[in-house]
Amino acid sequence: MGIIKRDLLLAIRRQSDVLTTLFFFIIVVSLFPLSVGPEMNMLRAMAPGVVWVAALLASMLSLNRMFSNDYSDGTLEQMLLSPQSLSLLVLGKAFAHWLVTGIPLVIMAPILGIQYDLPSEALLVLTITLLLGTPVLSLIGAIGAALTLGLRGGSVLVSLLVLPLYIPVLIFGAGAVEANMAGIGFEAHLSLLGAFLLVSLVLAPWATASSLRVSLE
Amino acid sequence: MTINWFKYSSPASFYSLAGKMIPIFAFASAALLVAGLYVGFFVAPTDFQQGEAYRIIFIHVPAAWMSMFLYVVMAFWAGIGLAFNTRLSSMFATAIAPTGAMFTFIALWTGALWGKPMWGTWWVWDARLTSELILLFLYIGFMSLQAAIDDPRRADKAGAIIALVGVVNIPIIYFSVQWWNTLHQGASVSINQAPSMASTMLLGMLIMVFASWMYSIAVILKRTRVIIIERESHTAWVTELQKKEFIR
Amino acid sequence: MLQGINLACVRGDRELFKDVNFSLETGSLMQVRGPNGSGKTSLLRMLCGLSSPAAGEIRWHGEAIRPLNEDYFAAMTYIGHLSGTKDDLTVIENLRISSALSGFEISSDQASEALEYIGLGGREHLLVKVLSQGQRRRVALARLLTCKTPLWILDEPLVALDVTAVKLIQGVLEQHLQQNGMIVMTTHQEIDIAAASIVQLHLA
Repeated sequence: MGIIKRDLLLAIRRQSDVLTTLFFFIIVVSLFPLSVGPEMNMLRAMAPGVVWVAALLASMLSLNRMFSNDYSDGTLEQMLLSPQSLSLLVLGKAFAHWLVTGIPLVIMAPILGIQYDLPSEALLVLTITLLLGTPVLSLIGAIGAALTLGLRGGSVLVSLLVLPLYIPVLIFGAGAVEANMAGIGFEAHLSLLGAFLLVSLVLAPWATASSLRVSLE
Repeated sequence: MTINWFKYSSPASFYSLAGKMIPIFAFASAALLVAGLYVGFFVAPTDFQQGEAYRIIFIHVPAAWMSMFLYVVMAFWAGIGLAFNTRLSSMFATAIAPTGAMFTFIALWTGALWGKPMWGTWWVWDARLTSELILLFLYIGFMSLQAAIDDPRRADKAGAIIALVGVVNIPIIYFSVQWWNTLHQGASVSINQAPSMASTMLLGMLIMVFASWMYSIAVILKRTRVIIIERESHTAWVTELQKKEFIR
Repeated sequence: MLQGINLACVRGDRELFKDVNFSLETGSLMQVRGPNGSGKTSLLRMLCGLSSPAAGEIRWHGEAIRPLNEDYFAAMTYIGHLSGTKDDLTVIENLRISSALSGFEISSDQASEALEYIGLGGREHLLVKVLSQGQRRRVALARLLTCKTPLWILDEPLVALDVTAVKLIQGVLEQHLQQNGMIVMTTHQEIDIAAASIVQLHLA
């Protein structure tokens, strides 16, 4: 898909955007021990939630850029007028967004987990949940980004629209890690995350495409 | 005799029809409210477990029900407006949102008031309360999105999309919160266990539910009228109407 | 054949135009004229399917364009006010990507050829952000050479171009019309294009 290649190329030319998101993630996660104290048992208990909330916020931070640059230079108009299916183009863009913002978080998460003294198996589960969950964040976030295109205060609005919709992913993402640490099975959590991913793969690009058409009218 | 329903889908004729209907619903709402509160506070027996504090359910439960119903109704009308490009249904959806948000807020507030004597704390992360809180976020999202968009047509359509996305998500969110809740605090006090509700309690509650419905309809019609006037201010019939009002 | 039937456009409370009718045959050009704010751009955005008219219908070969959508998009090239070029991509990348997006995959040789023709020879590998306004415009217009669509909808294509470029583009447009293409365009400049028929559409 040409659009994925294009967005990756653009991301490489503007690496700072990718790095900002990643550093934001790292900083937010590092703030928690400073605010609640370095007591290891508590940190270990908090870790899954903290990492997941930080991942949510970090992916949210980059949502605005998903369409706004294309909107202001007119390439988004071209996409809307393309004979290719707009839903597929959107899917491509969401995938590129995930490669650029989601994957770095997935890679970074185990390292941050070590800071919180997570056992190695929990680190693995954390990474898997992020791998399954962050694409959902990009897909759902795309809807919010498309709806708020060109609006005053769009970036704050996006968080208002999108964060409540992220809650199931948060619950099962962090829940899987906690379940693993408590010695309960976490497979059910993972299959539910997988189900969310499938549902959002089917529905979100379509909703995003309609939103884009509404926003550009 | 057949009624031409489509006649009322035009804002102009709906405006006058709604004007006639509002007093009826407002009166019904007030009457039912008085009756319901009377039954709830004076007729219904004291609960042997919870004492007098339980009486807040006469407000809490109808509000919680309304908050959820109204979101679905709002998404329904917004969806109709998106699919068939009917302006009136979109205006309806916009008019429903604040009432829905208000009921959500009341449900949360009374829930907290009830929680204090029940659980000894104002707030517990109970599945229902948490879901209700998320519902409030969804209402706020819908309203702020519409408020941020200047062009009413875009606002209608964008609102419709987010409302529909919300409706698809509500069951998922509710289910997730339920799961999360059972996982974390195994045996919380369940509100469900009201084994034998006295029939007068049920009666009071039902009356209050009807009162809420009547109130919602009256307020939503009123708000729709305001939106119609605002949006159609450049049309001939509104100018005509203003002249008439002025003479009167 | 492109037809507009009783088109109306409303922006906010204001009606920009109504009852606009036209019919455009193959090989002919329609020039949309009118003062600023008369709805020229709005009309063009309707014609390409970005927005829907408040009233009326647009037909492409007798069929309404709304359900037609993707088939219609395959037959149409729209170049609007915004150049639709990415600052962080090179000239040639921009052309190849936007052509591919319009459904015409082109080789880098084809792209270079088109850029050469439009006067950007030797600048293929510059980033677009270092180009001047006129040069960016040329990058956008180069798409006309690579996308073989019958209908072109152009919003002020000649703006920011120098005299040679204006001549060049007029030549491209002329050739398109000779090959039975159709063009809808807005422009403030007087145009010098030989065409079988030129329709003037005035918006008040």
